[in-house]
Amino acid sequence: MTANAEPIFTAPASEDGPPAERELPRLPSGWRVVAGKELADHLASVRLYVLFLVLGAAALIPMYFAAERIRAAADAASGTPSLFLYLFWLSPQGFTLLSVYQFVAMAAPLVGLGFAFDAINGERHDGTLPRLLSQPIHRDDVINGKFVAGLAAISLVLMAVIGVISAFGFIRLGIIPAPNEIIRLIVWFLFTIVYVALWLAFGLLLSVVIRRAATSALVGFGVWLFVAIPIFGPLVISIIGGFIAPGTSSDQAALDAAGTQQFLLRLLPSTLYQEGSIVILSPQVSTVTTPATIGQYDQLQQQIPGLASLDQSLLLVWPHIVTLIALTAICFAAAYIRFMRQEVRA
Amino acid sequence: MSPTARRHASAAGPSSRRARLKARAQRVAETGASTAPILTRGLTKRYGEILAVDSLDLEIQAGEIFGLLGQNGAGKTTTILMLLGLTEPTSGRARVVGLDPARRPLEVKRHVGYLPDSVGFYGSMTGRENLRYTARLNGLPRADADERIAEVLEHVNMTARADTKTETYSRGMLQRLGIADALVKSPDILILDEPTAAIDPIGVVEILDLLRQLSDEQGITILLSSHLLSQVQSTCDRVGIFAAGRLIGVGTVEELSRRFGESSTRIEVTLDGAASESELQHAHATLKDLAGVTRVLPPERPRDPWTLLAPPERASEVRVATLAAAAREGLGLTAIREVEPSLDDIYRRAVQDRGLVGAGRAA
Repeated sequence: MTANAEPIFTAPASEDGPPAERELPRLPSGWRVVAGKELADHLASVRLYVLFLVLGAAALIPMYFAAERIRAAADAASGTPSLFLYLFWLSPQGFTLLSVYQFVAMAAPLVGLGFAFDAINGERHDGTLPRLLSQPIHRDDVINGKFVAGLAAISLVLMAVIGVISAFGFIRLGIIPAPNEIIRLIVWFLFTIVYVALWLAFGLLLSVVIRRAATSALVGFGVWLFVAIPIFGPLVISIIGGFIAPGTSSDQAALDAAGTQQFLLRLLPSTLYQEGSIVILSPQVSTVTTPATIGQYDQLQQQIPGLASLDQSLLLVWPHIVTLIALTAICFAAAYIRFMRQEVRA
Repeated sequence: MSPTARRHASAAGPSSRRARLKARAQRVAETGASTAPILTRGLTKRYGEILAVDSLDLEIQAGEIFGLLGQNGAGKTTTILMLLGLTEPTSGRARVVGLDPARRPLEVKRHVGYLPDSVGFYGSMTGRENLRYTARLNGLPRADADERIAEVLEHVNMTARADTKTETYSRGMLQRLGIADALVKSPDILILDEPTAAIDPIGVVEILDLLRQLSDEQGITILLSSHLLSQVQSTCDRVGIFAAGRLIGVGTVEELSRRFGESSTRIEVTLDGAASESELQHAHATLKDLAGVTRVLPPERPRDPWTLLAPPERASEVRVATLAAAAREGLGLTAIREVEPSLDDIYRRAVQDRGLVGAGRAA
C-alpha cells in the first residue's frame, strides 16, 4: 500500500461551498465586543487610577499656583474676557511653563501610551491572541476595538480632570463660565483627545512591532521624554537646527536659523498641541508664529489687541488639528497594516 | 469525569446534533461535494526558504478523531493555522466544512473550536468570565451563553473552579478550560494543538477520555496534533505522520504498522546468561540459526532484550524454538514476548525510510 492509495480529493471544490445549515446567532460586530471587554478591563485596572492621578496632579498643581493671579485679575475683572478659561492656560508669575495645558501636554502622552503599550504583545505573551483570533471576528476588530476602548478610557479620565479643574474654579474662585467659554472648553477637550489619540496609536504601533511589553513601554517612555517634555525636545531641536542652519555668520543667517528652529519644533506633536491649546483657550491670542523677523515683530506690535471669535481661533489652529489627526492616522495605519500581516504564532 | 458530568453530557442533545450532521451530509451529497469536513489538496506553506508544509493532501471524515503526529517543527501547527484561516497558504487549497478558510475565515471559525498550543486566558478574569467573552464574540445571547458555559464547564470537570481567576490555574486546568472554551460555540469540528503537552499522566488520560466521549456522544470531528505519539495512539481513529512538512503516512495504527513495519513480528528475548563477548557471540549465532528467524538485533546495552524478527505466521514457532534453544545452550532466558508496534517505532521507521516512502508516493 502506498500513499497513493489514500482517499483522494473528490470534491469539485466549489468556491462557495454549502453554507452550514445550522441556525447560528447573528454575529455581533467584533470590534464592539472587543472594545467592551477592553474598556471593562481598563475601568477595573489600577492603571486607570494611576493615570488619572498623574494627569490630575499635572493639571492641579499649576492651577493651584496660578490661582493667585487669577484672583488678582478677577478683582479688576469686569472687563476681562474669558476669565474662566484663565484656569486652563494662565501660569503663575515667573513660571511660564507652569500652566494647565502645558502640563497636560506633558502628561497626556503617558495616558495614551499607558493604555496601549501592551495591547497586542500582552495578548501574545499571555497566549490569548491565537484563541481570540480563532473566534469568528476579523483580525482588525481586535486592533480597532482596542483603540476605541483606549479612546473611551482616555476621554473619561480627561473629562474627570477637566471637571475637577472647573469645580475648583466654581468653588474656590467663584468664577462661572460663559457659554462661549464652555464651547471653547469642549473644543479644547476634543483637541486634547486627538493629541492623546496620537500617543495611543503610537503605543499600539509599539505593541504590535515590539514583542515584549517591557521593551515597548521603555521605547514609548524614551520617545515621550524627547518629544513631549519641553526641556529635552527643544534642546535636541536646537542641536539639529544648528546643523541644518548654523546661525552665526550674519544677521540673516540668524533669522534663517530661528525660522528653521521653529519649523523643526513644529514637527513635535507637543508643540502643535501647545500652540493649538493656547489659541483655543484664549481668545486674546491671534497668532501662533513667534516673530522671526523685525518686520513680523513690528507687525505684532502694531496689531490692535482684540478678541478672536471661536471660528477665527479655529481657523488659526486648523493646520495643527489636521496635522495631529494625520499623525494619528499614520501611526494607527502602520500598526494596523503590520498587525494584519503578522503571524499569529509567537 | 464524574458520573453526573457524563449524564449531563449525554443529555446535551446529541440526537438533534446527529440529525443536523446527517442533514448536512445529505445536502453535501446532493451538491456533489465531499462529505469530509476537513479536506486539503496540495496545501503548501513556505516561510522564505523554509518549506513548513509541503503539498499536503488530507481528508478527515465526519465524526472521526484524527491525530496529526510529528516532531516539533514538523509543520503541524502551520497546517492547523491554515485550516483556521489564520495563515494564508502559499499554494494549494483547503476546505473546512465545505468552505475555503483563506477566503471565508469567519464562517469557518464559527464551526471550528480551536485549542491553541499552550493556551492562555485573561488572568484577571475568572474562567467563567473568559468563556463569556468567547460566547459574546460568537454572538451567543447572554442566557443561552450562560447555560452553554455551565454545560461545557461541567463537561471538562471545571465547575468547582470556574469562578476563580484564571491566573491561579495550573497548566492542566488551563488546558481543560481551553477545551471548554473551544466547545462554547458548539463546534462541528474541534482542532486541538498539542492538547496533552505539559500535563501530568492522569490529566492526559482525562483529556483523552473526554475527547473520545465528545466524539462518541456528539459526533464532533476532532483533529489533534501531538508529538507524544504513544500517548494519543489509543485515542485516534486514524493518524497522519508528519515529518519535515510532509505527510508520510496516513491510516489506522495497524495499517501504518503493516506499511512501515518490516512485515515481521518482533519478539523480545531477555537473556541473563550472555554477558561476556564470547557469550554474546554465541547467543547471537544460536538465535540466528533458529528456524523462522529472519533477523536478530542484539541489545544496545547488555541488560536490554534481544529482538528477533520473524514472519507473523511463524511467530509462535520461533518462540518455541527460542525456549528450546535457550535451555539447550544455557542462555539464561528470563523473558520472552511479542512486541506490539508502537507509534513511536512506526514513526521512527517511517522517517528513516523517507527516501523509500518518497519513491512510493511518486510511483
